[in-house]
Amino acid sequence: MTISSAPQIEERITIIRPKTGWSALDFGELWRYRELILFMTWRDIIVRYKQTLLGASWAVLRPFLSMVVFSIFFGNLAKVPSDNIPYPIFSYSGLLPWELFAVSLGVAARSLVANSNMITKVYFPRIILPLSNILAGVVDFAIAFLVLLGMMWYYQIAPTSAVWTLPLFLLLTIITALGVALWLSALNVLYRDIGYVSPFLTQFWMFITPIAYGSTLVPEAWRFVYSLNPMVGVVNGFRWALLGVEAGAPGWNLVISIAVSLVILFSGLFFFRRMERRFADMV
Amino acid sequence: MSDLAIRVENIGKRYQLGQLTTQYNTLRDSLNNLFKPRADREAGGNGQEKYLWALRGVSFEVKQGEVLGVIGRNGAGKSTLLKILSRVTDPTEGYAEIRGRVGSLLEVGTGFHPELTGRENIYLNGAILGMKRSDIQSKFDEIVSFAEVEQFIDTPVKRYSSGMYLRLAFAVAAHLEPEILVVDEVLAVGDAEFQRKCLGKMGDVARQGRTVLFVSHNMSAILRLTQETLVINHGQLVMRAPTSQAVDYYLSRGFSQEGIRTWLEDEIPADAAPFRPIALRVLNPAGVVSDTVRSVEPVTLEFEYSLSAPIPGLRVGYYLLSARGEYVLTTFDTDDPGMYEKLSSRPAGHYVSRCTLPANFLNEGRFIVGVNASTFRIRRYFHDEQAITFNVDASGAPGKHWPEPRMGAVRPALEWEIVQK
Repeated sequence: MTISSAPQIEERITIIRPKTGWSALDFGELWRYRELILFMTWRDIIVRYKQTLLGASWAVLRPFLSMVVFSIFFGNLAKVPSDNIPYPIFSYSGLLPWELFAVSLGVAARSLVANSNMITKVYFPRIILPLSNILAGVVDFAIAFLVLLGMMWYYQIAPTSAVWTLPLFLLLTIITALGVALWLSALNVLYRDIGYVSPFLTQFWMFITPIAYGSTLVPEAWRFVYSLNPMVGVVNGFRWALLGVEAGAPGWNLVISIAVSLVILFSGLFFFRRMERRFADMV
Repeated sequence: MSDLAIRVENIGKRYQLGQLTTQYNTLRDSLNNLFKPRADREAGGNGQEKYLWALRGVSFEVKQGEVLGVIGRNGAGKSTLLKILSRVTDPTEGYAEIRGRVGSLLEVGTGFHPELTGRENIYLNGAILGMKRSDIQSKFDEIVSFAEVEQFIDTPVKRYSSGMYLRLAFAVAAHLEPEILVVDEVLAVGDAEFQRKCLGKMGDVARQGRTVLFVSHNMSAILRLTQETLVINHGQLVMRAPTSQAVDYYLSRGFSQEGIRTWLEDEIPADAAPFRPIALRVLNPAGVVSDTVRSVEPVTLEFEYSLSAPIPGLRVGYYLLSARGEYVLTTFDTDDPGMYEKLSSRPAGHYVSRCTLPANFLNEGRFIVGVNASTFRIRRYFHDEQAITFNVDASGAPGKHWPEPRMGAVRPALEWEIVQK
């Protein structure tokens, strides 16, 4: 031990032995790696918009353009009911949490494979890879959210008194996205089929989430099955908290959504941890 | 409290052979497997499951501040050992205990992103290697000047030359200052000047009392930097000894590499007949096939071939090239006029043409041997410009007390006279 490194003596004994069975996430370790989480998130944000003409405005353009397309085809042509809210703002408010969630089906699902050179060279908690993708998605969300506020001002819609619950719904989105990302990214290491499945899954999942339409369109008999999709609770909650869409008011179906989210998250964590030690050999 | 930095007990790592050959499974494979009859599955599909122990029963201890070398041929398990110690992969069995932070130089430039600038990559790479942001900030200038990329620090690294890229990558890793540094073959990168700096940096690290585990094929670097060395072969720890002894043992046993090239039927062009190459071997003085030979010892090149019909005026020989592709020499087995007369027609049969390069002849580095079987101005029967390569290790060679690379392909021990007038 040298004198120069004496102040940071943090004699840490690392024990290396074969891991067996199931283990939970080591939060202490994750905390020690908090700077890396921030750096990886930051890398994700910068790299995504490097050498693009429009840069970070893509964070707004992606949901905004989808909203325009939806408004033309579903709003104007198909006349999809939008719970008495102007259709553009109705669809945009659904697209925001959806875009955040869709990160888990796309970038985050590929994160371990895409960073295989890091995984095979350096140790760090592998969960940082999908996690930082999702955190970068949160930054995109925040930028796009400003546009939503602008639109609300334009359409003269005041936020409801329940707007304070919005961060909770954001948290629910993150939880759901992380859970799905853990499952898909770990599975992708084992089976590259996930790469082919994920575009389809994104499309399918979007259809079963009330983004272009309101959940009131779903027949009563199917509501239970419908709310097994945790994104239903998220999108409805967003619209309820922000725009006062009564159909999205918290109720038993929100409870189901939360429960499903948590199940996906915790099972994902365990699965990920179990697979983690094999990543370097398999990826 | 002990003064051990690393304690390894009976560490083993088993790979399933399928994992090594097929890169990944598909869901279909697994589903297929699922629907196979149970007996079939237990037998592991076709026959039995094949496992490979990349490392087994390895135990050793490293004291704090010790600089330990690890040598062994490719695939011997050195990298697996380092991967286990740096926690990249889990062992299959055994136990290891590490005191302090491990900095791994398994491969430099991990996590470098081509789109990011040099500056951004320094921060990112530092974080990946486990540095705190404040550490990186305080060392930033030092890293940049070590890498000699001051002018390009705000340019995306994808526009860097490969040399600049490697220098920057190594500079970050070299300034990591962990308690235990694990280095694998990084010194092979860059030009001679940069390699010298890298070795200097490693020496500094060692002098600061940090523990270093140094894996390399560069025997002179191992000799210079380490006190003790582990020799690993076929996943087992063969020897632990003071470095000079370990290197001697390693070189003399021909553990280093294949050192042999054989030609299969389908590798031989049809127009080579009646000449048929069989094998080319690089032999150390003990007559052992070896990839690495010593500059201070003679090296024998042995070419085995057969003739299915007599060939008049045949000559069989070698080209020796440096790793840069410059010819060092050309030699034929019938260079001697007397021998050429005697073998004016070489009868059909099985032959070995053997020649020995003298001791104190080649400089350190990698050499390429080409083979040629021809008749002068009539026909070339067989020709392989890059039949085999071998390493020359210069430990003990003239001028080796100065730790610097020497120009030139040869390194003879010449007679010098120093006269005072």
